[in-house]
Amino acid sequence: MNSPARRLPKGGLIDRSSPIEFRWDNQKVSAYQGDTLASALMASGEKIIGRSFKYHRPRGIMSAGVEESGAIVTVGLSHRRDPNVKATTQELYNGLTASGQNAWPNVRHDVGSVNGLFSKFFAAGFYYKTFMGIPPMEWGKKGTGIWMQYEKLIRRAAGMGTASREPDPDTYEHGHLFCDVLVAGSGPAGLAAAVSCAKAGLDVILVEQDFEAGGDYLNQSGPDALAKRDAAIDALKAAGARLMTRTTVFGLYDYGVAGLLERVTDHLGNPDPHLPRQRFLTLRAKHTILATGALERHVAFGNNDLPGIMTAHAANAYLNRFGVLPGQQISIATNNDSAYSAALNLAKAGASVKLLDARAKLPKAVSGLLDTKGIELITGATVLNAQGKKAITGYESAVANNAGWKEGDQHDCDLLLVSGGWSPVVNLLSHRGVRPGWDATNCCFVPVPTNEPIQTAGSALGVWSTGDCEDSGRAAATAAINSISSGTVAVASGPAAGGWETPIQPLYEVKVADRSLKCFIDPQHDVTADDVRLAHQEGFVSVEHLKRYTTLGMATDQGKMGNIIGMALMAEALGKEIPEVGTTTFRPPYTPISLGALTGRGFGAHFRPLRRTPMHEWNLANGATMVDAGLWQRPWYFARQGETITEAYIREATTTRETVGLCDVTSLGKIAIQGPDATDFINRIYSNAFAKLPIGKARYGIMLRDDGIVMDDGTTWRFSETDYFMTTTTAHAAKVMVWLEELLQMRWPDLKVHVTSVSEQWAGVAVAGPKSRTALEAIMADSAVVTNEALPFMGVVETTLKNGVPCRIARISFSGEMAFEVYVGSDYANSLMDLLNAQAQLLDGCLYGTEALGALRIEKGHVTGVELDGRATIDDAGLGKMASDKKSYIGSVLRKRPELMKEGRPQLVGIFPKDRSQKFKAGSILCAENKVEGHGDGWITAVTHSPVLGHWIGLGYISGGVNDWSGKTLIAADPVRSGNIEVEIVSPHMVDPTGERMHG
Amino acid sequence: MIRINCPFCGERDHSEFTYGGDGSIVYPALDAPAAEWVEAVFQRENIRGVQTESWHHVSGCRQWLLVERDTMTHEIHSVRAAHAGVANVIEGGE
Repeated sequence: MNSPARRLPKGGLIDRSSPIEFRWDNQKVSAYQGDTLASALMASGEKIIGRSFKYHRPRGIMSAGVEESGAIVTVGLSHRRDPNVKATTQELYNGLTASGQNAWPNVRHDVGSVNGLFSKFFAAGFYYKTFMGIPPMEWGKKGTGIWMQYEKLIRRAAGMGTASREPDPDTYEHGHLFCDVLVAGSGPAGLAAAVSCAKAGLDVILVEQDFEAGGDYLNQSGPDALAKRDAAIDALKAAGARLMTRTTVFGLYDYGVAGLLERVTDHLGNPDPHLPRQRFLTLRAKHTILATGALERHVAFGNNDLPGIMTAHAANAYLNRFGVLPGQQISIATNNDSAYSAALNLAKAGASVKLLDARAKLPKAVSGLLDTKGIELITGATVLNAQGKKAITGYESAVANNAGWKEGDQHDCDLLLVSGGWSPVVNLLSHRGVRPGWDATNCCFVPVPTNEPIQTAGSALGVWSTGDCEDSGRAAATAAINSISSGTVAVASGPAAGGWETPIQPLYEVKVADRSLKCFIDPQHDVTADDVRLAHQEGFVSVEHLKRYTTLGMATDQGKMGNIIGMALMAEALGKEIPEVGTTTFRPPYTPISLGALTGRGFGAHFRPLRRTPMHEWNLANGATMVDAGLWQRPWYFARQGETITEAYIREATTTRETVGLCDVTSLGKIAIQGPDATDFINRIYSNAFAKLPIGKARYGIMLRDDGIVMDDGTTWRFSETDYFMTTTTAHAAKVMVWLEELLQMRWPDLKVHVTSVSEQWAGVAVAGPKSRTALEAIMADSAVVTNEALPFMGVVETTLKNGVPCRIARISFSGEMAFEVYVGSDYANSLMDLLNAQAQLLDGCLYGTEALGALRIEKGHVTGVELDGRATIDDAGLGKMASDKKSYIGSVLRKRPELMKEGRPQLVGIFPKDRSQKFKAGSILCAENKVEGHGDGWITAVTHSPVLGHWIGLGYISGGVNDWSGKTLIAADPVRSGNIEVEIVSPHMVDPTGERMHG
Repeated sequence: MIRINCPFCGERDHSEFTYGGDGSIVYPALDAPAAEWVEAVFQRENIRGVQTESWHHVSGCRQWLLVERDTMTHEIHSVRAAHAGVANVIEGGE
């Protein structure tokens, strides 16, 4: 097809000395530096750029900005494929690869376009109707049955571009910014505002989503506009303000916080690999000025989505900024003054121009001006129905008839420009919960003042002329400056909304009696004027429901193009005025943000912080396989040659019970509790008695929450009258620290106690087994400090290793063996391990990891976080006897509430398989033998193979405990994974119930 | 994002803090009757408007703060150290 659009030999901001080449649908295309993908495709004669969402109708370029709904393409290849990119905002670079989407084999010849024949079925509510089986989807099986059959077909036929399935190879960064004034938008208003604020000495950041600053200055003809822009940018830089192009203010949040997306390398063919693709920036501003401009509206008329139909002002952009004459035989349909500049510019550039103005009467000053330029003006007329198969070739006009329209005559054209009025970009204010007000004079929603430190300026306020916009920007700046200096938000006193010589005439849809036309209001989601009426007919009266039922405004442009028309049609259907119907709430982001930018660097290994113990490398060097335990990495097992994990942990646990084992326990929480009231404090937070803990002793303690449920357990060691050392579980270390701080700062401010987290300061190792003392004696400066007399069970001592390193040792046991926990300063961790491991090897001992640790503690029935899971009481866990009746402590009152004391609560039990050769799994539900159903009577928290008993064992809870179930057969039900296993209930203390071994 | 003016550290993003809960609760004595504990632990107001709440500057000075915040607008009216003695010292009192 011969293209009416062509590149002009001169003019525009493109650099004709820098030609570039790119690929469009596998064809090489030439363009210039400074082009967008849309301007380059237009200059090269491409008309069909996309295919529509449902009906696969051909679509061309409809605008020159972020509101684009037609030229939606995929940019990049394979793992860098980026779907749903607006060709109008994609900056061109050498080697760019772009292709059409939602089409096969390509956008020019698309098999899917037969969908248009079935458009009756794809009307509003299509998905709901298909899903529920209501007309016209009622045939065959009802409801979901139909959906299941057609879902795949429908999903393939309807849609946008396809994202890459491969991992994103690019990097993204998160950053933070601070300033006095954030200005969003660098058009005439934004530049003027930024310059005024910067000259007043304020720290200013001016943000522009385009790659070129200047906003509408760039689209105006003649050198004056550019000169003004350049002068403003120079002044801005001289005053020290920051100008960020290719950056979008995508959202406004509380306290002057703005979300920014900076596209760092999206415009580069071969970016520096050290640069991130995009930056996600959190900006905090004392004041914000929104100079976000306005978007030109379409009008709903027949076939208004044909390629070759676009907004009138877009023609100014392509002509003046990109040097492309978008058509030869051009018609313009308008209802306001703004389209006249496009008419004049296009005629001057050599096109024949016909202007249809919906308004009946115009001042002679206006109509005469067009006359002298050879532009045909037809008043009281507009477009009824566009014609053409793959691009517009002509249209049937409509002429004013009383208050409505009647059929007019036939016109030829190769480009149709439309202006249905302008909608200020109020999206960012909407993010702040500010609902815009309807300006009936200018037919648009305009911002209303807010008590937040936010000003709006320029056409975002409904101010139309360039000079007024500049004044508006300066007025907003004055208000911002005064607000910052006074501390109270000032109201700007700039030009009021408006500025056209002849009032706009409301025009949203062109209809004549007895004509059924396909009039699109949301081209991106293929929502038509009839869809809105159908929704109304089916009972949807709220604009929020209308939006969801028709999907109007839910495409990637979020209603930038069609929202107002949709509301106008809804208002008409309801017999109301537009402001009564209301506006939908715009939510962030203003334009789409990649998931990569949201994620930043927080994925994979960086998804959360990694904590390593000071002997991490030592453990690895000694054969550890690591496991994640919360944020920590801990040794899981130390496999010897050829061992599986099961073989390794059974050997480690067996060796520990026979000789000696060493285990890194550094991840336990450690808190120094110091001060004259430390004893009183500790006695209040533990449920068991601590008031008389002697110096040089440790005690196992259980702390409860206010509501009487167990919070955590651990040991607390006493070194002096005023100095305690508390250990917590690995999982709850941070929570316990916060809790102690809360109690001391908020509840008991009179207690003279300091708490300090020393988890990072101490490295710890458990030395367990009958030969643990022998191993320790050999590494102490004075072996007498660890004898049974000097360091009995639960004794603690501060002493020195034989290499001179200070240490603290407690004789405490989690494994059930005679055992010690030895702590040294973190920097001495490796030397401690070297000393101990040498002794362990002499004694045929070993290193053990968390898997063997689990086996040892399950055999003993010692509880961990899986048993103390935030639901268990101290009695449930079988530790009720420890709780003191002689004192009050946190949780002492509410642990006695009836629900927690009633009979039949789950009790901690041990579990054996009935057939000792069988194994079962943690997470299984415990059920009575003939009643495998529902929630059962209990559950299994932990399992292990017991080296001592020679079979699998478990811990768990069951209602009524050992007393109720002893001797009975139960079912450990695990229907999804391993089926049902017969088990029996035993005491949780499955090995050495009297504790002889650890006292030994 | 709420910005909280920590009396120890200055104005910071709320992401540095963790929310505690109703800061106006006076917890009963440890041996108080169960009814008083039930009232303090379980009975909560769902306030529309200004409420006093506790926040912990967990990624900063680790001080507990009492924040008067409007639940409708997020507007913060005051921020004090939760420890009354410390608050008095900071605010130039006794």
